[in-house]
Amino acid sequence: MTDHPTDNDRELRVSKIENGTVIDHVPGGQALKVLAILDIDGSTGETVSIGMNIPSEKLGRKDIVKVESRELSQNEVDVISLIAPDASINIIREFDVIEKSRVDRPATVTDVIACPNRNCITTQSEPVVSKFDVVDDGVRCIYCDTIVRDDLAEHIQTG
Amino acid sequence: MRREHVLTTKELSRSDIEAVLDRAVDIARDPPDRSQYEDTILALLFFEPSTRTKMSFDTAMKRLGGTTVDLGPVGSSSVTKGESLADTVRVIEGYADGIVLRHPSEGAAKMASEFVDVPLINAGDGAGHHPTQTLLDLYTIRENVGFDDLSIGIMGDLKYGRTVHSLSHALTKLDARQHFISPESLRLPRSVRYDLHEAGANVREHTEIEDVLSSLDVLYVTRIQRERFHDENEYRKVAGQYHITPDLLEGADDDLIVMHPLPRVDEIAPDVDETAHAKYFQQAHNGVPVRMALLDLLLGGANK
Ligand SMILES: [Zn+2]
Repeated sequence: MTDHPTDNDRELRVSKIENGTVIDHVPGGQALKVLAILDIDGSTGETVSIGMNIPSEKLGRKDIVKVESRELSQNEVDVISLIAPDASINIIREFDVIEKSRVDRPATVTDVIACPNRNCITTQSEPVVSKFDVVDDGVRCIYCDTIVRDDLAEHIQTG
Repeated sequence: MRREHVLTTKELSRSDIEAVLDRAVDIARDPPDRSQYEDTILALLFFEPSTRTKMSFDTAMKRLGGTTVDLGPVGSSSVTKGESLADTVRVIEGYADGIVLRHPSEGAAKMASEFVDVPLINAGDGAGHHPTQTLLDLYTIRENVGFDDLSIGIMGDLKYGRTVHSLSHALTKLDARQHFISPESLRLPRSVRYDLHEAGANVREHTEIEDVLSSLDVLYVTRIQRERFHDENEYRKVAGQYHITPDLLEGADDDLIVMHPLPRVDEIAPDVDETAHAKYFQQAHNGVPVRMALLDLLLGGANK
């Protein structure tokens, strides 16, 4: 465990969940983007707790997102890694962490981000899925070269 | 050089580029035996009008001794009936030994290449890439000023100009000094600047041509399209600033060459044509031997 003990104390400010996923070590202020990636806007009824700008030894300020009764897909984890490369994903069953893993930045993400370039061939009715290379601080369409950096969460394909 | 497809200049090494240009020099002097190509059919798929590029490929294939087939005028084909590009190229590869594709969408050639086994050449994909234009540009540069210690100014619409994007990727392979001259609103797009930065290219950006003209071996001019501007006055101001005249060229090196992918509107005054600087018509003519060389290397008539 690399967590400083005081981090754990401070996490208590955010209520414990019974079953679900805790996404920890999200850079301070990015929690709402994580929710956007998970397509959570409050309308679907999940119980969600968020801690924002919690002092952290490792990140200075970090966010924590706790989602009741939900486990994440690999695609969702891949995309979270793009905005939160230090994030850890904790799977909770009956209030206990049963699995804790680090996110890995993948080399490419396939079929998760819609290319924002409206003139890109992947946005037309062609039998091809979007594919982005992961670059320094964003992703880049392998077809049209468009780089998506700041507004990544807005281009996540849903459904 | 033995490649399946030619999609961008990013994937061409300096030796790939030189192999095409060397072959073009040979072909211009001594065309290959036409009988090698008598059974070769090249499909020209132009989903966007481009008479010159299309004619240039058509001429190149026919001069090698092969034949071409094409879609006919855009608008009359099954494409306008809603067929996907992926389906179209899968059908056409059954007819032809190679495909030349011009399409209005970025990434079209890359996607199409994933569906076919015959060589596919990108002849322009939206604002993306135009690698064969770059090869003929480089041929013209090499025969006039050479590749060593090259200093080139690239001026005009750098944002939407696919010929500019392809050229700048290739120039990084030659370690050329690249000066980009454009209005702020038409500077190179982020993705191209990213690549140039990654490649460690020697790049400067300017808004005034006068700031760099005297240091250039090549001035590559592109058209600024009026429709890119919301305000007519804004356009006039910019267009006037990027108008090349014999007077302006007084401030340039005697050996400077002026290039342009054509067609031009009024960015180069007609009386520049009479100066020794003007190389844009020669540049256009070079399209045929360069495309002959590329087709020869890709379709390999000699290997049949
Ligand atoms: Zn794209």
